Amino acid sequence: MRVLLPLSVAVPLVAAALLLAAPQSWVRRGFDAFAVAAAGSVMVICSVLLAGSTREPMVYWFGGWLPEGGVALGLVLVAEPIALALATLAAFLVTASLVYSWHFFDTTGNLFHVLMLVFLGAMIGFCLTGDFFSLFVFFELMSVAAFSLAGYKVEEEGSLQGALNFAVINSIGAFLVLSGIALVYGRTGALNLAQIGESLAGAPVDGLVITAFVFLIAGYFVKAAVVPFHFWLPDTYAAAPTPVCVLFAGIFNVLGLYAIARTYWTMFDGVLGAELVNLRTIMVGAGAVTAILGALMCWPQRHIKRLLGFSTVSHVGMFLIGLGLFSPVAFAGTIVYLMTDGLVRGSLFLCAGILLHRLRSVDELGCDGLGRSIPFTGILFLLGGLGLAGLPPFGTFVGRALIGEEAARLGFPWVTYLMVAVSVLTAAPVLRAGARVFWGFGPGADYNHRSEAEGDEEEPETTEAHETTPPLMWVTAAALLGVSLVAGLVPDLPVRLVPAAELFLDRGAYADLVLRGVTPHKLPLPPGAPLLEGAVTGVIAALAAVVAAAIGLWHAKLPASIRDSITRSLGPAFGGVRALHSGHVGDYVAWLTVGVAVLGGLLAATLG
Amino acid sequence: MSFNSRRNLFFLGMLGFGVLYLWGLKGLPDFGRYEGVYGITLNKVAVAQTHATNLVAAVTFDYRGFDTLGEEFILFAAVVGVAILLRAQRDEAATADEEAEESKDESRSAPHTSDAVRVLGLALIGPTVLFGLYVVAHGHLTPGGGFSGGVVLATAALLVYLTGEYVALRRVSPESLTELAESVGAGGYAAVGFLGLLAGQAFLTNVLPLGTTGQLNSSGTILLINLAVSVEVAGGFSLILAEFLEQTLLVRERKHG
Amino acid sequence: MSYLPFAVAAWLFAVGLYGIVTSRHLIHLVICLSVLQSSTYVLLLAIGYRTGASAPIFVEIPPGAPVVDPVVQALTLTNSVVAATVSALLLALAVQVHKKAGTFDPDELDILHG
Repeated sequence: MRVLLPLSVAVPLVAAALLLAAPQSWVRRGFDAFAVAAAGSVMVICSVLLAGSTREPMVYWFGGWLPEGGVALGLVLVAEPIALALATLAAFLVTASLVYSWHFFDTTGNLFHVLMLVFLGAMIGFCLTGDFFSLFVFFELMSVAAFSLAGYKVEEEGSLQGALNFAVINSIGAFLVLSGIALVYGRTGALNLAQIGESLAGAPVDGLVITAFVFLIAGYFVKAAVVPFHFWLPDTYAAAPTPVCVLFAGIFNVLGLYAIARTYWTMFDGVLGAELVNLRTIMVGAGAVTAILGALMCWPQRHIKRLLGFSTVSHVGMFLIGLGLFSPVAFAGTIVYLMTDGLVRGSLFLCAGILLHRLRSVDELGCDGLGRSIPFTGILFLLGGLGLAGLPPFGTFVGRALIGEEAARLGFPWVTYLMVAVSVLTAAPVLRAGARVFWGFGPGADYNHRSEAEGDEEEPETTEAHETTPPLMWVTAAALLGVSLVAGLVPDLPVRLVPAAELFLDRGAYADLVLRGVTPHKLPLPPGAPLLEGAVTGVIAALAAVVAAAIGLWHAKLPASIRDSITRSLGPAFGGVRALHSGHVGDYVAWLTVGVAVLGGLLAATLG
Repeated sequence: MSFNSRRNLFFLGMLGFGVLYLWGLKGLPDFGRYEGVYGITLNKVAVAQTHATNLVAAVTFDYRGFDTLGEEFILFAAVVGVAILLRAQRDEAATADEEAEESKDESRSAPHTSDAVRVLGLALIGPTVLFGLYVVAHGHLTPGGGFSGGVVLATAALLVYLTGEYVALRRVSPESLTELAESVGAGGYAAVGFLGLLAGQAFLTNVLPLGTTGQLNSSGTILLINLAVSVEVAGGFSLILAEFLEQTLLVRERKHG
Repeated sequence: MSYLPFAVAAWLFAVGLYGIVTSRHLIHLVICLSVLQSSTYVLLLAIGYRTGASAPIFVEIPPGAPVVDPVVQALTLTNSVVAATVSALLLALAVQVHKKAGTFDPDELDILHG
């Protein structure tokens, strides 16, 4: 069992190396089958480990270098349920993307598959490692694979520019993280997370601790795309190949949030824990700003993949709120939410990919009614929109309800309303686009919308005949949606997750496990909380999203006075926010600098 | 945003950023007075435990060997990425084929180089390869190792380009060979990891005989990993060089052709 | 004086960022990113330095003599490989952008807005 831990990282990497060595004379299907088999077996390994870790968390020391006297000499992988749940999700999404891309990229041999497998290995290493510098190494490995995958469509200018912005901003984020690591190493002389936590615990909060924490948080905020570090995301998502978008939206961003939780709960809880109330306010605030800004940017988009990109920003904001509440129940809710929501957004991206395959465009207005021939994809797309809104039994409503209840208990009663409003605002444009593209709802050619350069005809991702949709494409999209749906039907999902979350948040238990090999005692399952209220909220949110989508489609029929007042009150806000997303990498880096300064100022003022 | 407003926004942010960074640095131990437990412990025990006299190699390839496996794959992924990004596009591939047929590769030769450069370059190839191999093989004893040695080896490929034709470089390191080197290098590192598992120990355990400290044939798997890394680095950098040179020639052809 | 090496690290980070923000050429921008990254080398190595100590190469070092921290050196080695590869990728992207857009100037790359 324990030996599966190193294998979960080594298998995808070795498979990538073998695949690169495979002769180019192999038929394309050989590469496909090999890559799918490799990713699938990693998924099995991860799920076996996940099942094992819920019974008994494990550690694995590489090279046999066990810690002596609380000092770690070597590197360690830690198998606990939350990390493994994310690793399993990563493996599932990579497998699904590879199955989906069975009909993609007919011309390019094995390189795409090689990078996808490296990406998978990096994500799993990132989830499982218990070492501070390994976290950086796997962050970089993931990023390097992601940069190349994002720029994969070298024939498209947008794809290249998006990848360039992505690479520059994410590299700066990585160097912020590394500087933070260096500062912590300078203070503690350790790189093992648990050891650092013990060394920092109880120390006074000084400039070094705050600066290191700000650098680490800011670096991971870049990856997670929290405002104002988020600018790269829509640029990248709009142009990256669809199978890659699924990974980005489903897991890549949220791993940034996971790293923040890991960083805080293993290392900084002992030193910053006394000021948790202030820290909570800052994180919840940052999450709220991100959620609102992302949601506002969704509405005016007509490029469907860009729209999904902004909905990702917005939902990351909601996950950050859940994470920033620093409580086990909210954390369990966040994990449920980000996993089920990631699957829904992944499925939506896959549907957008089918559109691109069939219509060569993902422009909402340009495709008006053209999707009538593929109603099944349309149904999946609309279901995905409802899933974003949190309609039961999609697992999204469970996560949202848990975060909302816990937020109210901790003194943030407005969080529930904010999250419902934000999910409505992100779901409505998806429903609007789906209804227009697949059924031709709303006024047609006379539709008076600002004409924009975006959404022009794209390079097709496939070169086969476009008369039909290969079944594997929509089967994958349906599978992602289905898993998210089933997750919501598991009656005591949150109850099962809370003990795992408690373990994740317990610095002492983590240190005992890693440094002294003490298995934490099993926590009793808490009594199940009724989620009826959350389910009702979910239905209301879904209805509201449908109404909002209808307004979006037929707003020309509203009385002129209402339309004018909406335009006058919201127009400047939309315009101003939109203007910030200039596509200029220099602007984005300037905002990043400001973001670090603001975070630093806030933390210094409240904690120092 | 205009240039000036962008710069002013940056200065505003930088003010806060700079103060924050300097404030953080103030918390570090004074320069030259570092007493970190990790490094001190390793300085005491590592030579006896690994039989490597270059402690940086012991840390990189043994104690923190798993990190370095990830790092190897960073290089691996970057090389694959460069190959993807610079791959010939449909239109370019077509023109390149036509031209190749017309001129039988002559259009792809490097610009004329002086005889002095050719002679010097040619004379340096042998010593460069030898020096690269030396650096690789002594990585566990003295500063150097697979990374630095691999880069030295890759410069030999650049010398071939400088002294001769681009075509010659392609002949010396064809794409399939460098790709194989990538795969053997990265896969070889992982294979050393599996050696540990086969011996019933943990992944990446140094299970080979450690030998006598200070001798070439010592430190067990560290030497093997150094070799694997050098293959990976040399192959990877040659491939990156070749891809960029190909681009350079493509651009030059367009200008003059 | 004991603070100077650390201040150099901060300075490199700052000028690297400044260069990226004000860059008018993508190749220049990539080099600025490398300058920024060199800040992390300086920081790591400066942290591990011990006055009067030798390098962690245990050949002809008298027992008990001070030796600098080997870990930061290993981290720097890893980091420098990362730097080289990221630069290579970025340069490849820059070359392709130039091919498509006909310019290296970020100000003229404006198809990604809103």
